Amino acid sequence: MNIPGSGIIKGLAVTARNFLGSYVEKDRLTTEQYPEERPKLPENARSFPFLVFDGEDPEAGMRCVSCKICEKECPPQCIYIVQDRDAAGKAIKRPKVFDIDISVCMSCQICVEVCPFESIRMDQDYELSSFDRFGSLVLGKSRLLKSNTYYRNIHPTEAAETDARLEADRKKKEAAAAAKAAAAEKAAAEKAAKAAVEPEVKA
Amino acid sequence: MSTSANTATISPGGMGVPPVCGAGSASPANLQTGGTPVLPERNQTIDVSLGPQHPSTHGVFRMNVTLDGETVTKLQPVFGYLHRNHEKIAEGNSWLAAMPYTDRLDYICPLTNNWAYALAVEKLAGIEVAERAEYIRVITAELTRLQNHTVFLGFILGDMGAWGSALMYAFREREKILDLFESLTGARMMCNYMRFGGCRCDLPAGWIQSARKLVDGFPAFLDEMEALLTGNEILLARLQGIAPLTAERAINGGLSGPCLRASGVDYDIRKVENYGVYNRFKFRVPRGSTGDCYDRFMIRVLEARESVEILKQAIAGIPEGPIVNPKAKQRGFRPPAGEAYGRIEGPKGELGFYLISNGSDRPYRFRIRPPSLINLTLLEELSIGTKIADVMVILGSIDIVLGEVDR
Repeated sequence: MNIPGSGIIKGLAVTARNFLGSYVEKDRLTTEQYPEERPKLPENARSFPFLVFDGEDPEAGMRCVSCKICEKECPPQCIYIVQDRDAAGKAIKRPKVFDIDISVCMSCQICVEVCPFESIRMDQDYELSSFDRFGSLVLGKSRLLKSNTYYRNIHPTEAAETDARLEADRKKKEAAAAAKAAAAEKAAAEKAAKAAVEPEVKA
Repeated sequence: MSTSANTATISPGGMGVPPVCGAGSASPANLQTGGTPVLPERNQTIDVSLGPQHPSTHGVFRMNVTLDGETVTKLQPVFGYLHRNHEKIAEGNSWLAAMPYTDRLDYICPLTNNWAYALAVEKLAGIEVAERAEYIRVITAELTRLQNHTVFLGFILGDMGAWGSALMYAFREREKILDLFESLTGARMMCNYMRFGGCRCDLPAGWIQSARKLVDGFPAFLDEMEALLTGNEILLARLQGIAPLTAERAINGGLSGPCLRASGVDYDIRKVENYGVYNRFKFRVPRGSTGDCYDRFMIRVLEARESVEILKQAIAGIPEGPIVNPKAKQRGFRPPAGEAYGRIEGPKGELGFYLISNGSDRPYRFRIRPPSLINLTLLEELSIGTKIADVMVILGSIDIVLGEVDR
C-alpha cells in the first residue's frame, strides 16, 4: 500500500483478470447477442396483458364477461370496454369492444390479479416497437385474444393452477346443477303425485 | 445568470466593484491614471449551468454554479424535470393502484419502495403480515440494497471520469440480482411485488437456491471491486478530504441513511424501529468518521457486506406458510379513517409514506418523504469552497435518483 502506484497496479490486475477471464468464464461474459441469441425469459416475466379464450374459436371461447373490474382498477386507466348487446338491446356477458392502449399500460398486472374469471393474463411478447401509435399500440379484441394453449406455453405453472381452479369450479357448478335438476325432478314428481291424488279426492 | 444549458456567462461579482475592463466600462477617471494598463479585476465570477444531463449520470438534474476561478462560491440545484405528479395520482386511485407507482419513485430500488408503502398501509389499517412474507421482504430488500450500492460504486467512478470498467463490472453483478427479481416478480425494475399483509406470489421453485448462490458469491465480487477501487491513488486523491460533513450538521440538515452514518451518527431505522423481522438478524451498522466523500463511498461497501450477512441468515431461516395475510383485502380496500407514517431504511436513507385515510377507497393524503431530495438539500453547503470538478463527485457521493427527488 505504501509503494506509490501499487493501488493502480492492483486495480489493473483486476481488469486483466476480467479481460482474460471473459474468454473462459461464462460469469464474466454475460452479454447476449440479442437478435441472434434470444433471451430465455423466466416463467413469471410479463410484458402486456392479453385475453385468454378456451377451445378453437376466439369469440365463442372468450372467458371475459365484460364485468369491467379491470377497467376500473387499472392504475393508468388504459383499458376500454364496451359491453355487447343482442338484437333486442339486452346486455350480453361479452365485450363488444375491448381495447388496451399498451403505450399507456405500465405492465403492473393488477388487472390480472383482480379478474375473477381468469380471463386477462400477462403476455411475454416484447418486440412491439412500431411507427404507428394508434394503429398498432392500441390493441383491439382481435389482437388481444390468445388461446389457452398459448397461455399454457408461456406460463406453465400459473396456467396449470388456473386450469385446475376452473375445472374445480366447473365440477362444482355441474354438481350444483345436477342437484338442482334432481331437486326440481323430485318436486315435479311430488307435484305429479299430489295431482294424481287430488282428482281421486275430488272424485 | 444564464438560463440555457451548458453555457457560461461572465458577470461582475465580488464586493460591488464595478467592471473595469471591456468596451464602455472604462471611465475617464481610469484613463487618467497615468498610462498604467488596466488589468481585469480578479474577483470576477462565472455562472455555469451544469446539466441537465443524460440519465446515465444521475438523471435529469441541473445546477447553477457560480465560480470564482475554479472554486465554487454558490450552487443552486434546479430540479423538477422528472416530476410526474405521483402523490396526486395516488390520491385519485385506489389504495392498491398506488403500489405500482411506488416502483417508479426510486427506480433503482423498487422493492424497498413497495415495502415502505405496504408498511404504512399496514400500520394505518392494523394488518398483520404473514411470517413467510416478512422473510421474503427482508431478502428482497437486502438484495435491493446490494444492487443499489453496487450501482453506486460503478456510478461514482463515472462521476470521477473513469467511465467504463468499474461501471460495467458493477452492472454485470447488478444484472444477476435483477434476474432474480425478474424470476420472482416478473419484472426487472418495475416489480410491483408487495401487497398489504404480504407479497403477491410465492417464490418460484429453485429461487432460494439461486439466491443463496448469488449471496455466497457476492463477497468475492466486493473484494474484487475493492481491489480495483479502494486502494487506487487517483480515487483516494479525488475522494479523501473532499466535502467533509460534521455529525451535527448532518443531523441538522435532516440527512438519513448512508450519508448520515458516514458522518459518524449511529442511526439505522432497521435498528431503531425494528420493523419487519430485522430484530431476528445479527448485523452491524457501519459508521464513518469525517463524513467526507471517501467515507460516504466506503460506507456503501461496508453496508453491502452487512447486507450479505443479513441475507445469509434470512435465507437460512425462511419459514413455510402462507404468503399473504388472508384477512387483508386488496381490491376495494378501505382502511379505517386515520393517519399513519410508515418508514423504512431504504438503500438511500429514510423512505417514509405519510398516509391519511378518511375511510374511503382512496387515500385522502399521500405524502412521500424521499431520502434523495432531503439528502440533496446539503449539496450547496458541501460544494461551496470545493473545485468545480469535485461537484460531480459530491453529487455522486450523496447518491440520488431523480425519480425520487422530483416524484
